[in-house]
Amino acid sequence: MAERISPLASGRPVYIVDGSRTPFLRARGKPGAFTASDLAFQAGRALLLRQPFAPQEFDQVILGCVMPGPSEANIARVVALRLGCGESMPAWTVQRNCASGLQALDSAARAVASGDSDLILAGGVESMSHAPVLLGTAMVAWLGQLSQARSIPARLKTLARFRPAFMKPVIGLRQGLTDPIVELNMGQTAEILAHRFDISRESMDAFALRSHQRLARAMKAGHLNEIETIYAPDGTFHDVDDGLRSDSSLEKLAALKPVFDRPFGKVTAGNSAQITDGAAWVIMASELAVKKFDLPVMGQILDTQWAGLDPAQMGLGPVYAMAPLVQRNHLKSHEVDYWEINEAFAVQVQACLRAWQDETFCKNELGLREAFDPIDEDRLNVDGGGVSIGHPVGASGARIVLHLVKTLQRTNSRRGVASLCIGGGQGGAMLVERVA
Amino acid sequence: MNRDAGHHDIYTEVDQDNVAWLHFAKHGSSTNVLSASVLEDFYKELLDLAERAPRGLVILSDKSNGFIAGADVREFTRLENRDQALEAIQRGQEVFDRLAALPFPTVALIHGFCLGGGLELALACRYRVSRDDPSTRLGLPEVKLGIHPGFGGSARLTHLVGAVHAMDLMLSGRTVDGRTAARMGFVDHVVPERHLKTAARALILQPGSAHRASKLQTMSNHAWVRPGLARLFEHRVARKASRDHYPAPYALIELWQQHADQQRSMMHAEAESVAKLIVGPTAQNLIRVFLLQEQLKALGRGSDYKARHVHVVGAGLMGGDIAAWCALRGLRVTLQDQSAERIAPAIKRASQLFSRRLKRPRPIQEAMDRLAPDPKGVGIGTADVVIEAIFEDAEAKRSLYAMLEPRMRDDAILATNTSSIPLAELRTALRTPSRLVGLHFFNPVAKMQLVEIVRDENTDPDVVARALAFTGLIDRLPLPVSSTPGFLVNRILLPYLLEAVELESEGVPSPEIDRQALQFGMPLGPLELADTVGLDICLHVAEILGRHFAVAVPQRLRALVAQGRLGRKSGRGFYRYRKGEPVKTSLPKGYHSNPDILDRLLLRMLNETVACLRENVVGSADHLDAGMVYGTGFAPFRGGPLHYIETTGADVILQRLHELEQQFGERFRPDPGWESVSGFTNSGIRK
Repeated sequence: MAERISPLASGRPVYIVDGSRTPFLRARGKPGAFTASDLAFQAGRALLLRQPFAPQEFDQVILGCVMPGPSEANIARVVALRLGCGESMPAWTVQRNCASGLQALDSAARAVASGDSDLILAGGVESMSHAPVLLGTAMVAWLGQLSQARSIPARLKTLARFRPAFMKPVIGLRQGLTDPIVELNMGQTAEILAHRFDISRESMDAFALRSHQRLARAMKAGHLNEIETIYAPDGTFHDVDDGLRSDSSLEKLAALKPVFDRPFGKVTAGNSAQITDGAAWVIMASELAVKKFDLPVMGQILDTQWAGLDPAQMGLGPVYAMAPLVQRNHLKSHEVDYWEINEAFAVQVQACLRAWQDETFCKNELGLREAFDPIDEDRLNVDGGGVSIGHPVGASGARIVLHLVKTLQRTNSRRGVASLCIGGGQGGAMLVERVA
Repeated sequence: MNRDAGHHDIYTEVDQDNVAWLHFAKHGSSTNVLSASVLEDFYKELLDLAERAPRGLVILSDKSNGFIAGADVREFTRLENRDQALEAIQRGQEVFDRLAALPFPTVALIHGFCLGGGLELALACRYRVSRDDPSTRLGLPEVKLGIHPGFGGSARLTHLVGAVHAMDLMLSGRTVDGRTAARMGFVDHVVPERHLKTAARALILQPGSAHRASKLQTMSNHAWVRPGLARLFEHRVARKASRDHYPAPYALIELWQQHADQQRSMMHAEAESVAKLIVGPTAQNLIRVFLLQEQLKALGRGSDYKARHVHVVGAGLMGGDIAAWCALRGLRVTLQDQSAERIAPAIKRASQLFSRRLKRPRPIQEAMDRLAPDPKGVGIGTADVVIEAIFEDAEAKRSLYAMLEPRMRDDAILATNTSSIPLAELRTALRTPSRLVGLHFFNPVAKMQLVEIVRDENTDPDVVARALAFTGLIDRLPLPVSSTPGFLVNRILLPYLLEAVELESEGVPSPEIDRQALQFGMPLGPLELADTVGLDICLHVAEILGRHFAVAVPQRLRALVAQGRLGRKSGRGFYRYRKGEPVKTSLPKGYHSNPDILDRLLLRMLNETVACLRENVVGSADHLDAGMVYGTGFAPFRGGPLHYIETTGADVILQRLHELEQQFGERFRPDPGWESVSGFTNSGIRK
């Protein structure tokens, strides 16, 4: 593998100066109280209110989102205007499936590093509960014919051609979570990893339980202070991640039926990420902006890496992205203080950990001479992950980077890696460092 | 052909297509009004045009705020008698008849305000084109001044769109935007600014037939239908205004019922009816109140100070609603309270207010976006105005100010919404004590237009000026009051409420007490008002005022509060509440009403009014009347409490006070101020 110099490593330093997120709210079978732009707006409004600079001072706004609502085309611009960033604010939306939020941060970081921008608002958002339900092609075609039929007999003839099957809706969310190339849904790609690495149902349930326990502990300890309370017009407010199942147990998890490979699979709703609504932002600044506005520096983005792999095993994406990242930065696993590997599925993170220290895998698939030293699970997803917190696809990348930097700050430690697997067969990883 | 636009209130240009464009451009004013002299100029212009015979005529306004805002209300106050009024009205009709009779197409090109006489002028044109935006408002609000349209408007509108829409507009006095006007049928095209002139030109160059009422609309004016419809209209009006207090809507219904067949005779009757109404006491008092409102509005325009960000501390009923109102009026607002639980209900009420007022999703979203919950008080440091609206406790307020002041900008206003505590007690914790000012809003904030601006000799005059401007900016009426306990409104209201409690504890049925007040013209009876405010709050205010004035708090009030009967909010006070509405039981059989009841209620209020005037709680008698009308809803058709004293005769009232003092003791002892009031003449409108 040829060693490349990242513009992030060679360019101007890129600082994270602040960030916020909404609580992640579990989808409850109907559209939630907040659209994607509402979520991003509310997290952003609270964040911008406390800044010593006006919202117009940003050079650009970048927002990751997989499925903005029909009235949220270029949602980044919609939210930038609602936040009062001004008519002259350039804003663009990025889409890299589950890593859309990370992509937004990477794009922002590169713009700061290269000298294009000094102050950027970057983040991710998803309102999965608002994912559209679409009309099938047959229905659309029939409606088209009907509108073109002018005479009454022609209209009657077209009407007679209607079939009840036309009414079958296309669930946008299901469609979005299915790989169109290998024709597998994301849960099935997780089943493939379970089979390949021989990971048991019990083991993945235990991982899921631990995720909930860690989130519960973090909530109690106040480690989630990046959350901003959001308010709905009906007088309700939300200030915690409501996917937490504090009463979860191995028995309860064991009772759940597999949802993707029925009836023999192992991946259940309990050991998968939850379908969730949420948004997360970070403010990225150059040294110039930090000085100009006297901003408190939380952390620095040192490097990012993207990688592609077999779409049917997309869950291993983090391994493919993290490997060149740590190698290029001459790091051993134990030299990274904290890890965030997004929990799309419990088994998918577990498979990554196995592959990371598997010599055969590292030699054959990554072309390395040896395996990595293991990642200490006590330093991985320390405050819960997608299984407990939820995984609003476009938002998670921004959430894990923000939380990683917060964790480094809280623990006075130095380095962290945040990584996600990406539907369609990719991985993304970012290396951050606390700035003392 | 073009005339110099600079020196005429009205001028006409004729373009290359021989279309005449008649501009209303009232000199030295931001608004076009139809004064007598403007009407005469317009008439001359019409005579010229008739001779010149252009291809068509477009009438438009050069003022950015609108077309024509109506007649010159000040002229109404100079009418000495009915005949003089009739002459003026008939002249107006004559001018508009001349416009309607022009042999070429005529178009009124409407933007912004098109009200009263302005709309009547437009209705005399063959076509009307309206700008499509929320700031374009059309209406015939004459009824709010105690009259109805007189320049042919009631005859023309009922003919044009039928009685249902026409009477709805004229009886309610409400205004509508261009789209609604087009839907009703009295606007032909609603177009954005960029197509206004094109649309007007098209109507002249390719004139079609003028709009006609539909068959159904025409039928509404039919002789067989009118009696039934008239009863329906009367029924609707009666729910809002009684015939004795507000004769105009009833006169309009009668006028229409008798003459709707015959436009000519309806015009004639219309003029007669308005001439009679306009010199009557209701119209003159309502016009007085309108002019008082203009006085208060002018106070809000005295400075070019512009606040953009308001921080409100306290998300209770008042604080939350003040915050929502400011957001509705376009300001950025941060709303602070101790927790999200306390803020969330205010967000819900704000959402309801915005939905009601703004209707369309995007403006509602914009208003919601402007209102930021702020439990940590981040907004304190950037706000132009910080309004404290926490509970009535001087110590709590002082410690709050001590926290707020160091975090606030030096030039920010610190305002308190206290309803009773003098500033002198509150400002002691401040480094700059002169910066504290009172902004006393009334409940419900969205409905009560008055805001008392509380200041004393230690308040920085510049802060007062900015507080006035801020109040004007959020479209409320500022009333400067001195920082004496209870200020103006609550101080005058309290004895009236306490007397009602006294009456109730003597055994007078609550509905009877309230009925008498309603009959006098109050918007709400005193006991229902006390229930609405909250009996605990009434008691609290009474106790605070009791420390400064000889106010005896009735035992009954203490007892009710002790029992947890706090009024509407607890479901029970003087009334029981079912679904938020008081259950008013009927009077016991054989109950005889006592004329003392109203006198006792009213005279305690009037006595306190005179005390406030004597103590200069407000700057003038007019300000006092304005404050009571807009702060309590004191019967507007009576022109305010001092005006009422004047019209009834101070000596008559004083005599009655003496009698009541004999009977009930010192709470009816006449204030020393009556001596000066007996010779007192109001500076406002005289009959």
